[in-house]
Amino acid sequence: MAYSDKVIDHYENPRNVGSFDKEEQDVGTGIVGAPECGDVMKLQLKITDAGVIEDARFKTFGCGSAIASSSYVTELVKGRKVEEAYAIKNTQIVEDLNLPPVKIHCSVLAEDAIKAAVSDWRKRKGLDDEDQDKKVG
Amino acid sequence: MSNRIYMDNHATTPMDQRVLDAMLPYFTEKYGNSGSRNHAFGWEAEAGVDQARERIAKLINAKPKEIIFTSGATESDNIALKSVVEFYREKGNHIITATTEHKAILDVCKSLERKGLAEVTYLPVDKQGLIDLDQLRAAITDKTILISIMHANNEIGVIQPIHEIGKIAKEKGVLFHSDATQGVGKVPVDVEAMGIDLMSFSGHKMYGPKGIGGLYVRARNPRVRLSPMIEGGGQERGMRSGTLNVPGIVGLGRACELAGEEMQEESARLLRLRERLRKALMDDLGDTYLNGHPTERLPGNLNISFEFVEGESLLMGLKDIAVSSGSACTSATLEPSYVLKALGVGDELAHTSIRFGLGRFNTEEEVDRVAERVVSEVTRLREMSPLYEMAKEGIDLKSYNWARD
Ligand SMILES: Cc1ncc(COP(=O)(O)O)c(C=O)c1O
Repeated sequence: MAYSDKVIDHYENPRNVGSFDKEEQDVGTGIVGAPECGDVMKLQLKITDAGVIEDARFKTFGCGSAIASSSYVTELVKGRKVEEAYAIKNTQIVEDLNLPPVKIHCSVLAEDAIKAAVSDWRKRKGLDDEDQDKKVG
Repeated sequence: MSNRIYMDNHATTPMDQRVLDAMLPYFTEKYGNSGSRNHAFGWEAEAGVDQARERIAKLINAKPKEIIFTSGATESDNIALKSVVEFYREKGNHIITATTEHKAILDVCKSLERKGLAEVTYLPVDKQGLIDLDQLRAAITDKTILISIMHANNEIGVIQPIHEIGKIAKEKGVLFHSDATQGVGKVPVDVEAMGIDLMSFSGHKMYGPKGIGGLYVRARNPRVRLSPMIEGGGQERGMRSGTLNVPGIVGLGRACELAGEEMQEESARLLRLRERLRKALMDDLGDTYLNGHPTERLPGNLNISFEFVEGESLLMGLKDIAVSSGSACTSATLEPSYVLKALGVGDELAHTSIRFGLGRFNTEEEVDRVAERVVSEVTRLREMSPLYEMAKEGIDLKSYNWARD
């Protein structure tokens, strides 16, 4: 299977690889997937009190498309409000990275990672997760 | 392009130039139909086929007339199983095979079961990929007509105890088929000494052409009978009709001849290269696991799991190097390798496995380049792997509560 140029670029030059201290108040951490399924994504967001994503880091165990999807997502969310980031749909990742149908699950995982990271941040802040879904929904 | 390295010789092998040279006259000069008995064009082609049959027979210690030409090992496996089931149906309907067989055996078995034509026992394998001979013995019933156990496995290169299986089959009066596609031409295979009654092999796995293969069918002690699957002109003693693929057959013959002449030296060379690669990879990188038996395996096969690094992502990083992975992402089913699963390798490690298939045209320099590239990519990808980070922090990945969907 041939990879799109964008996937290759993100795989070869992944953006924002690394970790924040997950105990920091302003950091939300999302870990999604499982090793026996062949993909695990860890996405961390650093979020200001005003609810803006200042910075992001990822680490991914998975195929090239999974790595590219998570790298791409770190770029996509930076500078956005949490609500906007929470609303990102996997279809956008599929389109932007030109993922073939067998790799759609990578984009789903990346979407899940954003949601998990935001939820973690909200929990730390003592905010209710349900409000979030209402706002978005 | 010239910088590419091909190290996937279990998938297919490049054709040896000497094989091509032997084949070429049979396309444009000696193009007769080997079945044409009434003119020189036919005789020439027939002579080429006869010589090939002799060369193949010599390599596996068979008689020339015991070789049936097919389109490849898939067809040979299909014929062996389906024809035996049909011909011996009054004697019984039970087949014994193993869980690590190639799909060309497993899928035929499943379809025979589905159609109610056979009952199949799938023997498990141990952690190193070998079947248990006592379990084999115990599985044989008075309905058993065929044992089909492969010689060398295509993923892990593990070689089953064929001599012993042949002995058990003889003792019990059961036919023994072996899919020896990966072993013929690489290591000694002797149908007499091994007690093999039917055996599949393929040209493109031994530096011959694609689309040609063979089935060895024992003629005496016992004489194996088959019901034909492909009927028509009655070629191959009625067992497989169709005008013979003369250039392909000539190529297969020449490939067998070369393999026989060079086997001793070549298998020693490959073993040395394989061990060089294994040491370079496993000594330099921690958290690596060899899949399959350490010594009962093809000299050119190396299958390693690189923990914390998903196989397809590693293949992607090895751009100009052709190897393959047991990762789900490289398979059509999105399931990781069923062969590794049968050995008890967990899915999380199966996803990280890479198969290196060394062959006749690989050099020591290539081995060193591959080792260097793999070490550097695994290191890079581990730095990017959350699993590696968690393991370093002392988190037990097995008991961790993963958010599964
Ligand atoms: C063990 C084994 N059996 C059968 C086959 C099928 O061979 P062919 O491609 O000649 O049909 C292969 C090749 O993938 C193989 O490795």
